[in-house]
Amino acid sequence: MRYFAKKLGIMLVTLFVISIVTFWLFHIVPGDPAQMMLGTSASQEQLEKLRQELGLDRPLQEQYVEWVSGSLHGDFGTSIQYRKPVAKLLKGKLSVTLILGAMALTLVILLGIFLGIFTAGRKHVLSEQILNFLNILGISFPGFFLSILLIWIFGLLLHWFTPGRFVTFSRNPVKFFQFMIWPAIAIAIPQICVLSKYIRTAVIEEVRSDYVRTARSKGSTRNRILYVHVLKNAIISVVPLIGMIVSGIFSGSIVIEQVFGIPGIGRLLIASVSARDYPTVQTLVMYIAILILIVNFIVDIMIQVLDPRIRISR
Amino acid sequence: MAKAVNTNAAGMKWGRQPNAADKVGAEKQSGKRKASADSAWVTGDAELRIGFVIVGIILFLALLSIFYTPYDVYEMNTAVRSQAPSAEHFFGTDNFGRDVFSRAMTGARFTLLVSGSTVLMATAISIVLGLVCGYVGGMLDEVVMRVIDAINSFPSILIALVMVSILNYGKLTIIPALVIMFIPSFTRIVRTGTLQYKNAEFVMSNKVFGDSDFRILFVHILPNIYPLLLSSVVIGLSNAILAESSMSYLGLGIQPPIPSWGRMLKEAQDIIFSTPWAAIAPGMMIVFTIVGLNCIGEGIRKKYLN
Repeated sequence: MRYFAKKLGIMLVTLFVISIVTFWLFHIVPGDPAQMMLGTSASQEQLEKLRQELGLDRPLQEQYVEWVSGSLHGDFGTSIQYRKPVAKLLKGKLSVTLILGAMALTLVILLGIFLGIFTAGRKHVLSEQILNFLNILGISFPGFFLSILLIWIFGLLLHWFTPGRFVTFSRNPVKFFQFMIWPAIAIAIPQICVLSKYIRTAVIEEVRSDYVRTARSKGSTRNRILYVHVLKNAIISVVPLIGMIVSGIFSGSIVIEQVFGIPGIGRLLIASVSARDYPTVQTLVMYIAILILIVNFIVDIMIQVLDPRIRISR
Repeated sequence: MAKAVNTNAAGMKWGRQPNAADKVGAEKQSGKRKASADSAWVTGDAELRIGFVIVGIILFLALLSIFYTPYDVYEMNTAVRSQAPSAEHFFGTDNFGRDVFSRAMTGARFTLLVSGSTVLMATAISIVLGLVCGYVGGMLDEVVMRVIDAINSFPSILIALVMVSILNYGKLTIIPALVIMFIPSFTRIVRTGTLQYKNAEFVMSNKVFGDSDFRILFVHILPNIYPLLLSSVVIGLSNAILAESSMSYLGLGIQPPIPSWGRMLKEAQDIIFSTPWAAIAPGMMIVFTIVGLNCIGEGIRKKYLN
């Protein structure tokens, strides 16, 4: 419990620091938001008025407090590009990205663990070199190139889905998943390579341990040892990696949403960066930061719960 | 270690094995290491060779493009629009009749230029930061490491996007934006190395002889960190190429009309049904380069760090 409180404290401090840094970064940016919203033809009075409205004439600390309290109440400011409240822009986009991320994460964990154990148990079938090479190849494909290839092969040549035609979940759940599985695959592949290699090494180490020999001498079958005994330990070794994987999935989905034309926060982020729409970028960065922090927090707690050895050694 | 186990018998090894590392060690000591393909893979020579050949070819094409490309990179020739790869056009032509091979060559130059200078800058900054943090320690070390942890936990592309949006648009804005991405991992490696050698006997003896801190750091400690740093830098270079081409694909990297692999893919995406080669050529160039660099990185790691 004390550990829990400590981690929570660290998380909140980190969040505070990130919010200050983000706020400060977007304030030293050259260029006046009021000028950007009104264009160069605006008169001095108009500019002054808008600045007052946006609170740009007040001291920085005040603006920061304003921004934080606004964010806590769901008011993230006004998008320069769309002239709409940022909160409105975000509506529905976050869930799309989260579903995509969850799909990718499921693929990564299931396939990563399975491939890791499978390849560790069958060294004589696929030799080390081939595996190594496939692994290097897997992490060498840029996500957007992989996506383009998927669109070309499965969308245009095989007609398994219609590229560029995103269907919302509420309209047609089946079509939604039929479409979303492809970007999820594109996001997942590099992560699967990393994870399965890690698990493979872990399993090979694990197989040398005493409990495996005991299980073996008891007469357990090979698959039973691998998928029951070794798997449990392998899963524990994966948990600390989840933070890294989730961050990799976010990286991937920011780019890949763009390729597939999925209306998620990644696409909004790119559009906002291109248009220098700082209030939107700022909000999105904070959103992603909070998500990552929460994931890391959960991972820390999970490590504690899953592995009694760490609890004792503390 | 796992590799050596694989070489002595087929199938999985159950129970405790005689330490595989000892076996490799014994092999080395006896000086009778067989020059078979297998041992080349174990020592990392094979990876190094493959990597150098691939990277060498790409580098050659990139350098050649400064003086010579088969066709003009920007010239649009409607007579040869959307042609499939042939003897005249190795990688075919795009929908404007531009030669894809020439553009891919020139793209290699700019992609390598950007990612190369990114990694060089990040390495220089990280060496100083890592050495000082590891050597001085204390509050400074604590603060820098926390900041690095924070940066590291973020999706790397997000950092680059934030930097690009803050810095003004320029032809090379992408370079400082990407440098930030690589400082954390490099700094950590240099710092860990510094901590490892800080209290080593040879450093101590040099201290006793009155060497300055500067000399101890850069002349005595740094060279010991090189192998580890080098393999990370090579892998970092492959990540820089990935990041640069992603950013260019998003339209936030090298600005048009300069060809870069990422932007070529962006342009080719809409016409992939009619001219798939226009997308596959730059895409495979990226994949090849990264495979080559990863091979070199892996090779260095195996050769010098085991």
